[in-house]
Amino acid sequence: MSSAIEALKALAEGFGTTFKHLGRKPITEQYPEYKRPLPERTRARIVLTCDPGGDERCVACFLCSAACPVSCISMEAAERKKDGRRYAGWFRINFGRCIFCGLCEEACPTSAIQLTPDFEICKRDVLSMVYEKEDLQVNHGGKDREYNFYRYAGVVTLVRGKGEHVKETEPVNIRSNMP
Amino acid sequence: MASWIIGFVLLLLKMAVVLGVLLLLAAYLVWAERKLLARFQVRYGPNRAGKFGLLQPIADGIKMITKEDLMPDGADRFIFLLAPAVVAFTALLMFAVVPFGEEITLFGQNVPMVISDLNVGLLFIIALSSLGVYGVALGGWASNSKYSLLGGIRGAAQMISYELSLGLSLIPIVMIAGSLSLVDIVKAQQNVWFIFVQPVSFVIFLISAMAESKRIPFDIPEAENELGAGYHMEYSGMRFGLFFIGEYVHMQVLGALTAVFFLGGWQGPFLPAPVWLLIKIVMVALVMIWIRGTLPRLRYDQLMAIGWKVLVPAALINIVITGAVILII
Ligand code: SF4
Ligand code: SF4
Repeated sequence: MSSAIEALKALAEGFGTTFKHLGRKPITEQYPEYKRPLPERTRARIVLTCDPGGDERCVACFLCSAACPVSCISMEAAERKKDGRRYAGWFRINFGRCIFCGLCEEACPTSAIQLTPDFEICKRDVLSMVYEKEDLQVNHGGKDREYNFYRYAGVVTLVRGKGEHVKETEPVNIRSNMP
Repeated sequence: MASWIIGFVLLLLKMAVVLGVLLLLAAYLVWAERKLLARFQVRYGPNRAGKFGLLQPIADGIKMITKEDLMPDGADRFIFLLAPAVVAFTALLMFAVVPFGEEITLFGQNVPMVISDLNVGLLFIIALSSLGVYGVALGGWASNSKYSLLGGIRGAAQMISYELSLGLSLIPIVMIAGSLSLVDIVKAQQNVWFIFVQPVSFVIFLISAMAESKRIPFDIPEAENELGAGYHMEYSGMRFGLFFIGEYVHMQVLGALTAVFFLGGWQGPFLPAPVWLLIKIVMVALVMIWIRGTLPRLRYDQLMAIGWKVLVPAALINIVITGAVILII
């Protein structure tokens, strides 16, 4: 008998709970009208960023393309005549295949390739999901504004020689360095 | 001769109106159910098609009609095509004996406000409700899919556990009203609704009726999270739509039957009789939606246990007590 009363009480409680919910304001976010502000590091549409000087960061090292688990990045390397900087002749990401894992961003030594919170890239035509370099390149530093690869890494270009980079010591003179 | 033709035309008219109201109400019951379930779960529910999503049923209809009508390989063609029709057909046919008003006089003819006042109306309804399960069992079997088959088997097993208590719960009603005709049963409630005379019957009937309509908490043959969609898993397009319509018409039929057997049918003050019936149907349907929004699904054996160990004995005892009281009075 007591178990029957308990069951009835449980039932009444359940029905009461659902009934009370009728008066509550739904917690649904109405998507196209309200877009939830996403955290800066949300992984969605990929961009290629610029260093503080306004030069494109990507040096076409192929690391992102090698790290990509679905092989959706392809490019061709080229070298700029005036200062010897490497850049991507063409750079292509197939967003039809990209899984937005962010591995490319992690692999990139220059902070060039970055994922942004903009996820609204649905298209009816699958071929229009292939983004070329013009579509990817932006004119700001993205999440990493200060970094300039050529200023730190000891890579010799026509602009900076050996020992002229930030925090780089003069190269050792091998002749005066005898034991 | 002329009166015969007028009678025939009136009958057709009645059928058209009932069918139209039934199907329209079925469409908007779906809408109401989705809306209410959503609110129970603190969501909005359909709100894109038209104001408050009121055009959603039309959108759903268009979608279902234009969808591809698939048939699985190795399905039993004839039965596969037949099964959804059986479900929708029996559900619609049950409404033939539901009275929605007093007799009125039109064109010098007495027009009963019921499509057919069978003197065995109650038996007719119980028979049809058992036939409806054939749609489920055969549809599940003919689909040539293990999930459908399991759903169909469960449908049959479920039927044997609720049918008996469904029938038995109505016997006290028949004993008091002294007739199997639904019109007479409503008329017997002129003074007091049977829900106050037979509360135990009412509860047993409601539980059995919910089991019959195969809705949560008795949606064992469908059981989305165990069987995909159970017996109608392989159906698509309008054939699935027929199962769907069948379910919601069934809800209305059960609402109507609850109203007729326990809530005084069409009787009520001020408003015209059919409106009262409609209000009662919708009320019962809303309560069923509320139940669906609250309770989890029962297990197969739990349903069997409730049916055989609780409902049937309770109904039998109820019959005996009712009989004794009638004898004494
Ligand atoms: S996010 Fe992942 S899948 Fe997309 S391009 Fe980068 S590495 Fe490839
Ligand atoms: S985006 Fe980064 S990792 Fe990819 S090629 Fe350019 S510099 Fe290398």
